[in-house]
Amino acid sequence: MQVQALEGAFANAPIENAVAFRAAMNALARPGQIEKISGAKPPAPLSVAAGSLILMLCDAETPVSLSGPFETAVIRDWIIFHTGAPIVTPDKAVFAIGTWQSLAPLSQFAIGTAQYPDRSATLIVECDELKPQGATLTGPGIKDAAQLSLPETQSFQDNAKLFPLGLDFFFTTGTQVAALPRTTKVDH
Amino acid sequence: MTDYNFAYLDEQTKRMIRRAILKGLAIPGYQVPFASREMPMPYGWGTGGVQVSAATLTPDDTLKVIDQGADDTTNAVSIRKFFEVTAGVATTENTTEASVIQTRHRIPEAELRDDQILVYQVPIPEPLRFLEPRETETRKMHALEEYGLMHVKLYEDISQHGAIATSYAYPVKVEGRYVMDPSPIPKFDNPKLEMSAIQLFGAGREQRIYALPPYTKVESLDFEDYPFEATKADHACDMCGAENSYLDEVIMDDQGSRMFVCSDTDFCAGRQQAGHLGALAAVNAEDAA
Repeated sequence: MQVQALEGAFANAPIENAVAFRAAMNALARPGQIEKISGAKPPAPLSVAAGSLILMLCDAETPVSLSGPFETAVIRDWIIFHTGAPIVTPDKAVFAIGTWQSLAPLSQFAIGTAQYPDRSATLIVECDELKPQGATLTGPGIKDAAQLSLPETQSFQDNAKLFPLGLDFFFTTGTQVAALPRTTKVDH
Repeated sequence: MTDYNFAYLDEQTKRMIRRAILKGLAIPGYQVPFASREMPMPYGWGTGGVQVSAATLTPDDTLKVIDQGADDTTNAVSIRKFFEVTAGVATTENTTEASVIQTRHRIPEAELRDDQILVYQVPIPEPLRFLEPRETETRKMHALEEYGLMHVKLYEDISQHGAIATSYAYPVKVEGRYVMDPSPIPKFDNPKLEMSAIQLFGAGREQRIYALPPYTKVESLDFEDYPFEATKADHACDMCGAENSYLDEVIMDDQGSRMFVCSDTDFCAGRQQAGHLGALAAVNAEDAA
């Protein structure tokens, strides 16, 4: 294990977890709203925002899958050391981390069951940038309409049709986080 | 600081609760199971709400706790003190100053803002529980969107009483999908469930968390010929004169005299300070003097 995997956790976990959660909750409760989230210093190429989400949400009860440029020994060791989360294949994942391209196909992730729609994966999608422009979002949490730079629209429209089943998404870059739950309707 | 971890619960527990809250927000109205912990207070005193608040609070928050609208009842005072000791957060009785409001069975009269969070204490989260006691069955009914039984119950109200007699914990349908128990708030508060604040519901003994994101569509169940009505006592507040607030009826003596006062103590006190006086406020002032 490299020393890098042992560093970069929250300096004051109870407080930083709480502050990070509020950012994540505000993002998910208001799809399209871009929030600041920080505190973690994960190994590259994992962003500060994605690292903070992982520290705040993952533990031994939440299998994590890694894909694309994040499927490295250092990142795997960092997550296992700091959270205890097992690293698994996508079909068993509660959280999945990757780029939009590396996470495809979305059908490999759990979407929950009719009786337990909460048993579905949450995807943490690392992006190059997040901007309040692009696709138009409507639905719960959005007053009239919101805009967010999404990697595409069709997959999110298909995902919304599965409601109440479906996947939930966090988008991260740098210290920014935005979210898209399964309830959000996405248009061009 | 104190010898407690921030906000009493350990980090692993808060992580588990936070994950449940996020899934609850993603599936509005669906009851997410969670591993509820024993809290240093009895079930029925808001252990679900306290756990949700503990997972939600940050050191910068200002907490308000109300019990049926009142800031000064035993339940509200104890929970406020609990978080003063374990989280070191500021507390207030003023609705507009609060960033997190934990409530037992009321929504404050003042309209909540988008930077506020309302946490409900929920005794029985399952709206179908008194119609179907088996969890395995109610879970299937939610999965199949089989809510006919609830309409039968409301219909029986009409056939027996001539109107829908359900006056609190009035069932709602969220985003056209899940029927949800809004906790035992009076049905007067139901229209306020569509608000700009995040609403979180915690049921400790029943181990369920559910949520409403801001601006979520929440419809009270009704019939075309018997539409939903948000009712209240047909009276004005005797202390502050408000005609649009939810009222408590207080028996004054054994001769049958009574008074009506706002259940929201902060709202009522604020109006009295602003010079609004009700029918009995002058009498009370004389008594005090």
